[in-house]
Amino acid sequence: MSLALEAGCEARPVLRERGQREVFCGLTGIVWMHRKIRDAFFLVVGSRTCAHLLQSAAGVMIFAEPRFATAILEERDLAGLADAQEELDRTVARLLERRPDIRLLFLVGSCPSEVIKLDLAKAAQRLDARFPGVRVLNYSGSGIETTFTQGEDACLAALVPELPPGDAAQLLIVGALAEVVEDQWRRLFAAMGVRDLAFLPARRAGEMPAIGAGTRFLLAQPFLAETARLLESRGARHVPALFPLGAEGSTDFLRAGAQAMGVGEARFRAATALAEARAKAALEGARARLEGRRVFFFPDSQLEVPMARFLARECGMEPVEIGTPYLHRAHLARELPLLPASALLSEGQDVERQLDRCLSARPDLVVCGLGLANPLERQGITTKWSIELVFTPVQGHDQAADLAGLYARPFARRERLRV
Amino acid sequence: MQLTLWTYEGPPHVGAMRIATGMEGLHYVLHAPQGDTYADLLFTMIERRDRRPPVTYTTFQARDLGGDTAELFKRALRDAAERFRPEAVIVGASCTAELIQDDPGGLAESSGLDIPVVPLELPSYSKKENWGAAETFYQLLRRFAAKGEARPATCNILGPTALGFRHRDDVTEITRLLGRLGVTVNLVAPMGARPADLARIGDAAFNVVLYPEIAGQAAAFLQRRLGQPFTRSIPIGVGGTRDFIAEVAALAGVDPAPLLAEEGSRLPWYSRSVDSTYLTGKRVFVFGDATHAVAAARVAREEMGFEVVGLGSYSREQAREVREAAKALGLEALITDDYLAVEQAIAEAQPELVLGTQMERHTAKRLGIPCAVISAPVHVQDFPARYSPQMGFEGANVLFDTWVHPLMMGLEEHLIGMFREDSEFTDTAPSHLGHAAPVPRAAEPATPPAPASLALSWSAEAEAELKKIPFFVRGKARRNTESFARERGLSTITVETLYDAKAHFSR
Repeated sequence: MSLALEAGCEARPVLRERGQREVFCGLTGIVWMHRKIRDAFFLVVGSRTCAHLLQSAAGVMIFAEPRFATAILEERDLAGLADAQEELDRTVARLLERRPDIRLLFLVGSCPSEVIKLDLAKAAQRLDARFPGVRVLNYSGSGIETTFTQGEDACLAALVPELPPGDAAQLLIVGALAEVVEDQWRRLFAAMGVRDLAFLPARRAGEMPAIGAGTRFLLAQPFLAETARLLESRGARHVPALFPLGAEGSTDFLRAGAQAMGVGEARFRAATALAEARAKAALEGARARLEGRRVFFFPDSQLEVPMARFLARECGMEPVEIGTPYLHRAHLARELPLLPASALLSEGQDVERQLDRCLSARPDLVVCGLGLANPLERQGITTKWSIELVFTPVQGHDQAADLAGLYARPFARRERLRV
Repeated sequence: MQLTLWTYEGPPHVGAMRIATGMEGLHYVLHAPQGDTYADLLFTMIERRDRRPPVTYTTFQARDLGGDTAELFKRALRDAAERFRPEAVIVGASCTAELIQDDPGGLAESSGLDIPVVPLELPSYSKKENWGAAETFYQLLRRFAAKGEARPATCNILGPTALGFRHRDDVTEITRLLGRLGVTVNLVAPMGARPADLARIGDAAFNVVLYPEIAGQAAAFLQRRLGQPFTRSIPIGVGGTRDFIAEVAALAGVDPAPLLAEEGSRLPWYSRSVDSTYLTGKRVFVFGDATHAVAAARVAREEMGFEVVGLGSYSREQAREVREAAKALGLEALITDDYLAVEQAIAEAQPELVLGTQMERHTAKRLGIPCAVISAPVHVQDFPARYSPQMGFEGANVLFDTWVHPLMMGLEEHLIGMFREDSEFTDTAPSHLGHAAPVPRAAEPATPPAPASLALSWSAEAEAELKKIPFFVRGKARRNTESFARERGLSTITVETLYDAKAHFSR
């Protein structure tokens, strides 16, 4: 609705828009977070809409017994808030009885719980005292406060005050990653002689890393603003780097980590040269398919800026518009100067205006959410579902070609079909 | 507070979306926070619609709450009316907007739009999707339905919506059936109707209600307002379809005898065919929306020769009908929207077949029981490319096939029963290609000299790495890596070899 061109700190104009947003709320992060931390459970305190979102968003009904659920607010819960707290206690008791394996329980706030000001922090404290052996924390995944991947940020931010103190030197990699990626990086850093490597979140509640003045942290994801702020407030220091997408991003990311841990360039190159060469070679195939094609990003996961950088610099694509729900300039400081000057950077969304721009630009590929993909395909525009970029291991050298492959596949499919 | 993992129905505004998306020329302006747009993907992905649902979301955020969310709504309404030029608009609130009490109806009225605006009150904290759909359809008819020239032997078909379980094909099948009976269809609604079309709903003599969950309230209203009677029988199964034909014929004043004399469906003969003997007395558990569950129970018992050992529904609004049907079968109906309660009832009843929703399909998979899906909530698989109605005679054919296919055929079942230990009958049959993992050689990077035979071995680390690859492509990754290693004369596959091969093949 409102339209304003603003100069960013890179002197690059940013189109800022307000209007209908075709994005998920932060609750959606539960879909991967509940798999990442194996003994954690996510209890959304919300409405039927929240429950419906979670089961619809990612087709997650494949799981027999997911580690998330919704406590659906009903009319009588709205009538008296004191009762809602009691009801919540009863609900949590029932849940923990059924799932004795839970060690970490997140009470996740939603739009309705925020609007009625249901105090989940207080509830978490009370329940934490009541159930020894289960740590109870809370955060908000509400759509009025968070967009899609910001739910992960809020969840990790809730964990930061819980981390034990420890001033030993270590490198901390922050952001939920596929296990295969973590394992690759462990090997690479081990080859550089870096043993004190930790990940946040850890795979289990009891294995979360200690942090303190000796901690240097790398952000593996571009959407972790609040988590980073809280880590810094506990003395940890952020190591600026490109995000680990593509060969260039992965090398820069690992190098920044290596330098922070005092690893010399020669040793760094010795450990990573092979992986980098392999990634570059593997990218050739997809590059042939993607080179010269124009790509348009609708805002979704905040991964858009590093993705566009990767596609432009390593796959030869031309970003037309790079839409992102939120542009964190400090964390993207290394990324933004690498974007081609011709690309329009937009923040926020008015989906109707953006669709107008998209249709008039006629890009070769549109990266967008599931609500827009089929309607655009029907208009002859090739699309890539953005959600797949969040649910697939794409970080690191050995996934660079996979990442390019995700963008190349829609073209490959079109070429193949004769119907 | 209700603890739930999965839910059979969405919130009521999703019901309203199903009406708006099913119709043409109608737009829905929904006061809702960021994130509620997820509902679009139900239509564009599950139903594979090629257009966005005609819904505008106001997308308010926390920072708007202190300010003027009402103004945000008015602007969204104005913009939507201008951009989409609908014939009419429905306005309402999702669960969160309901709490902030902006009164979209009142705001819309004062907005001075030159098109009809129908306000919806859909209480999110007590009602659900089907109720929301029914209420929306009812409110639209209250606004637009008008008395007409009721022509004899003419009816309306009421109930089909977007995202309905086989609604698309049911409408085709029933329209054909009515045509053969000599009954003209005046209007199908909501699916395919425009707001203006609703004004000529009175041109029909009576209404055919396919889905009472959605059109029951509307049909009762039309009977009161326009004096149109409506059908009660549901044309699911051969018996249901025959009852429906008789009821329609009576309302239309036509002769049902010629159509009833035809052998409409293959189901009766297939069921009598001797190879179906093994179906006799199979214990089935039925759960779904009220209409489909009750109809399925009848087909199961009367037309398939099954024994119904459980019957239930999540449709609280239609609980009475389900209870009556269950009672007639000597059962107590299970009325619940807690899928864990359904799972428990299934486990206790120990059926041989479950006829349920996608939820019961998962439960049945866990319990190792065959299952066929008979009702919403829908899944992408419930929108098959082929013609696949549930209703009418062709629908009966579809039911026969879909319910029998998950079952083992008679002889197959016997063989498995007799030779349970046969390796082919277990799902974790060991592969003859399997070999023991090599002994890990910790801190011994030196590769032993390659033997002439080039026997390949995987290091423990590489083997572990391979396991991280999804099982369905793991075989291919293993083969590729081994051929890559052979070509290069390697004898041990390390993690590096694995990724070298991966990079090689992705070129």
